[in-house]
Amino acid sequence: MSSQKITLTPPRKSGWQLPALVLLLGLVWLLVWPQLQALADWFTYDLIGLLPETRLGESVNFFFYDVPKILMLLAGMIFLVTFVRSFFSPEQTRAALGGRREGIGNVLAAGLGVLTPFCSCSAVPLFIGFVESGIPLGVTFSFLIATPLVNEIALAMLFGLFGWQIAGLYLVSGLTIAVVGGLIIGRLQPEKYVEEFVWQVKVGQTGDVTYKPTWNDRIRMAGRSTKEIVGKVWPFVILGIGMGAGIHGYVPEDLLAGVMGREAWWSVPAAVLLGVPLYANAAGIIPVVHALMEKGAALGTVLAFMMSVVALSLPEMLILKRVLKLRLIAIFVGIVALAIIFTGYLFNWVIG
Amino acid sequence: MLKIKVLGPGCANCKRVEQIARNEVEKLGVAAEIEKVTDYAQIMAYGVMSTPGLVIDEKVVAYGRIPTNEEVSQWLIAAQN
Repeated sequence: MSSQKITLTPPRKSGWQLPALVLLLGLVWLLVWPQLQALADWFTYDLIGLLPETRLGESVNFFFYDVPKILMLLAGMIFLVTFVRSFFSPEQTRAALGGRREGIGNVLAAGLGVLTPFCSCSAVPLFIGFVESGIPLGVTFSFLIATPLVNEIALAMLFGLFGWQIAGLYLVSGLTIAVVGGLIIGRLQPEKYVEEFVWQVKVGQTGDVTYKPTWNDRIRMAGRSTKEIVGKVWPFVILGIGMGAGIHGYVPEDLLAGVMGREAWWSVPAAVLLGVPLYANAAGIIPVVHALMEKGAALGTVLAFMMSVVALSLPEMLILKRVLKLRLIAIFVGIVALAIIFTGYLFNWVIG
Repeated sequence: MLKIKVLGPGCANCKRVEQIARNEVEKLGVAAEIEKVTDYAQIMAYGVMSTPGLVIDEKVVAYGRIPTNEEVSQWLIAAQN
């Protein structure tokens, strides 16, 4: 290794202003949060002058309650998640998973899949890197399933609209699917369905690049991605909540019980199928789904739909096609889809 | 002449790193050649598993994140000396 080192982080003032600002914003967040319903009531009924107990009044009130609530939740959640993730990296995760047996390895991989910052365009180098360091394919798949499946945007929206219990259910079942799915794929001897070139790639040394961000750097990073993600999804959120508000006020109760209710056995697989092409709009779909549930759709069906939207996306499959043969992609999609369908039935059966 | 390489398959983040590198090169007025490396085997040869990566004169200076303009400019100055 060469002896000359490049200083990676320019010495930056470790000022107290930034952490103080974050604390202040957090405080404002906590103070505003419990007042949202009152604010929405004041806005709809006093300022605009709509009458409560009317369809229009209810819909408008619903809209002005949900929009700030979801946007605040999203911003808070993304900030926290990015901040926590700044303590993890794919390289560290790879080191942590190296030499683990299947089983414990799958559990660890699923957990780290949630915590490791990861952009889906890195899926291929990450896959090659994992394989090259001898991490079993089943363990690698647990990571690849958990990363998109347990999605912080979905988690924040579920938490905001359905409460912590359902957000928790989503988190736990997502992790379980990742562990079990990886274990099953590992049993199927998937090595022969990995493209040849993957086995030949030699991963080089990065040398002495160590990036040690300061706390302020982490805050800046978290702030930047919060701005970026909220900036990208807010139109979908507003659109989704708008549609949800319309459904809330105008669609009769129990209209959907026959279509998306517990008795319709085919609704779970149908929800999963429907979810595959709907990737980018996850943020907009949840409010619609929330409104549908009030009209008689079943929880398991709704969760299955959610999971399918985030976990099975065509763009990601196309990216993985570079390293996996079609057969293995089909196995991967099949197992994840089956696991989601199973989860959907389980919740429809247990709760309701 | 500095040789700058941006490692990544060409997603939004990779393009941003390339843009930052171009800006800083222009600002400093250094002679540099910027190349995009999209081939996975080549990317991995630098030991970079999380894209985007930035390489100056065959030395990986950052990966898995978007460096700031000031950082890139510092690396360029350091590489020139």
